Amino acid sequence: MNARLKAPDWRAVGWQGAVVLATAALFAWFAHNLSVNLAARGMEIDFGFLARRAGFDIPFRLVDWDGSYSYGWALYVSGVNTLFASALIIVLASALGLLLALMRLSGNPLAAGTSRSIVEVVRNTPQLVQIVFFYIAVLQVLPPMRQSITWFGTMFLNVRGLYLPSPSGTLYDAILGSTVVLVVLGALFWRRLGWQQVPRLVVLPPLLVLGAVVAGFTAAWDYPSLKGFNFTGGLRVPPELLALVLGIGIYTSVFIAENIRAAIEGIHSGQAEAARSLGLTSNQSMFLVILPQALRILIPPLTSQYLNIIKSTTLGAAIAYPEVLQIFARTVLNQSGRAVEVMTLVLGVFLVVNLLTSAAMNYWNRRLALQGR
Amino acid sequence: MPGMMELLRRGTVSALAAGVVALLANGIAHAQLAPPPGPTVEAIKKRGTLNCGIDTGVPGFAAQDSTGRWKGIDIDYCRALAAAVLGDPEKIKYTPTTAAARFTILQSGEIDVLIRDSTLTFTRSTSLGLDQVAVNFYAGQGFLVKKSLGVAKAADLKGATMCMVTGATLELNIADFARSSGAKIESLLFDKAEEAVAAMEAGRCDGYTDDTGSLAGMRSTLKVPNDWMVLPEVISKEPLGIHIRSGDPRWQKIVFWLDTALKSAEEFGVTKANADQMKTSKDPFVLRLVGVEGDFGKMLGLDNEWSLRAIKVAGNYGEMYETHFGPKALDLPRGLNNLYNKGGLHYTLPLR
Repeated sequence: MNARLKAPDWRAVGWQGAVVLATAALFAWFAHNLSVNLAARGMEIDFGFLARRAGFDIPFRLVDWDGSYSYGWALYVSGVNTLFASALIIVLASALGLLLALMRLSGNPLAAGTSRSIVEVVRNTPQLVQIVFFYIAVLQVLPPMRQSITWFGTMFLNVRGLYLPSPSGTLYDAILGSTVVLVVLGALFWRRLGWQQVPRLVVLPPLLVLGAVVAGFTAAWDYPSLKGFNFTGGLRVPPELLALVLGIGIYTSVFIAENIRAAIEGIHSGQAEAARSLGLTSNQSMFLVILPQALRILIPPLTSQYLNIIKSTTLGAAIAYPEVLQIFARTVLNQSGRAVEVMTLVLGVFLVVNLLTSAAMNYWNRRLALQGR
Repeated sequence: MPGMMELLRRGTVSALAAGVVALLANGIAHAQLAPPPGPTVEAIKKRGTLNCGIDTGVPGFAAQDSTGRWKGIDIDYCRALAAAVLGDPEKIKYTPTTAAARFTILQSGEIDVLIRDSTLTFTRSTSLGLDQVAVNFYAGQGFLVKKSLGVAKAADLKGATMCMVTGATLELNIADFARSSGAKIESLLFDKAEEAVAAMEAGRCDGYTDDTGSLAGMRSTLKVPNDWMVLPEVISKEPLGIHIRSGDPRWQKIVFWLDTALKSAEEFGVTKANADQMKTSKDPFVLRLVGVEGDFGKMLGLDNEWSLRAIKVAGNYGEMYETHFGPKALDLPRGLNNLYNKGGLHYTLPLR
């Protein structure tokens, strides 16, 4: 054999090339197979159906929708629902995960034992079963419609969901919108503006609340009221959303708790001892010394958990939460019969969302790494 | 290593070329009308079993009993078809299919025929690469509601919420009904009927909507069936029937005439019990049906006793209906599912 071929870099390039070629050939074969089989059945790939009238109803949505909108718009509506549920779950799972990890590490046997048993029970039972359990449990606990739990005669909680008054109006939108923009800019550029003597957390949240209250006074409020079978008007949080957020949120929080625990225990014990010897309390040492350093170890596994959350929202299809899989891969696929196109789009949506999420998390990771060593 | 790359490339090219040639040959064979009984039946005979796609569990159409045996009118059709083609009603592999996956499973060739309370519609006929062979059950989309709601007709449901399964045309019918009548009904879509029914019993929905045949079956599984009623009115036409893959007209003819044979048997009084005695009948239609006269089975590429065997499995169409939907079963009046001469819609083409 030629001596040059034995050089490791050549061999590596050769193998990599072969793998790339084999993968490309495999995909080419899939594509070819697909087009031949579609042609044999007189079908072809065509995304024109996206512009067609959808005709069906989506029971929970955050953007405009009725039956006269197109299939393409249905993808947008259900995509927003998926992202909304994902965001809520990520917040819940992170907060709950931190709480469980801190309980486990607190040294208090009761707290540590509770945390440990929650983690073991939750992570050793199937996720879908938990979601369906929460759904049926939530529905069983809530009262029927005519016996709703009421607060101030304007908020109602029953088996159909949580009904809240909803605000609207151009002045309301303007005040609330500008407050949010102001607070976000403030949070981002606090240090560059040279205000670090005043802590951000003391100024910004009250400012946001103040803006919301002022905006609330200028708004026109739409109150929910019972008409016929259902409450109409106002804002409705459906039990499906609640069950999905609880189900996936609690399930993922135990994995995040274990990640956080691992990250905290990965910090050298000298750090905690040094903080104590400087006179910091155990809370201060945890939140000012340990956790900021643990974050660096935590972010890569946390990214995986967040990506899992986004994918797991598709389990909402089992309990009637209208997300991408249910609306698009079930109803639209069935109505249009375009299985290949619909599934390609659904995969594409999740790929794009997850790539963006992972890019954002990687950016955060790089920034933390730079500040450190 | 150029040698390996070259080898790989050559291998891929020749594999692709072989694939293309095989597919082309296949295409040409399809283009002419294959000699009876056609490629599907040949594949079934070679395999020794009929692959029949059915529902995952709706009493009346296809549901497992306590011993795990499938029962239902769709099951009886599968069995009759197996008896006609293979001579044995037990030689069947059942594939339970969800509403969302059923057509893809048929397209992929995993099953030979889909007999699964599926509505025959325009889009399904034109865009799925499938053929719709026959209607074996005339249903309509109806509502199962709590008696205490005091609802008498569908229009009274304005503003109500209905639980249903996804992957069918139920939500579209609800929206179409809202457009034409002004009665907007909210729809809540579940993957499986069990979760939808559990949510309804918990009060999340005012009722459950599905084809009338399935509703009667679903009602029988509720905790207190007597608290619930099926509204007499339907909001859609749901001709449920048999789908096959396009491209094998011989198979299409066999399935179509099997359905006709089962219904004709009821029309001419040929039953499971008397089928053999009917060989001495004087009616030429009966004689053709039981295979004594006129080589009809051979024209399909089967033997002449094909329909006799099919009838002897579970009886004629009326007997099947009686077994699964009659007063002793789900108690659903025959209505549109009667023969044309008894006020129904089943009008069979003549055997001649």
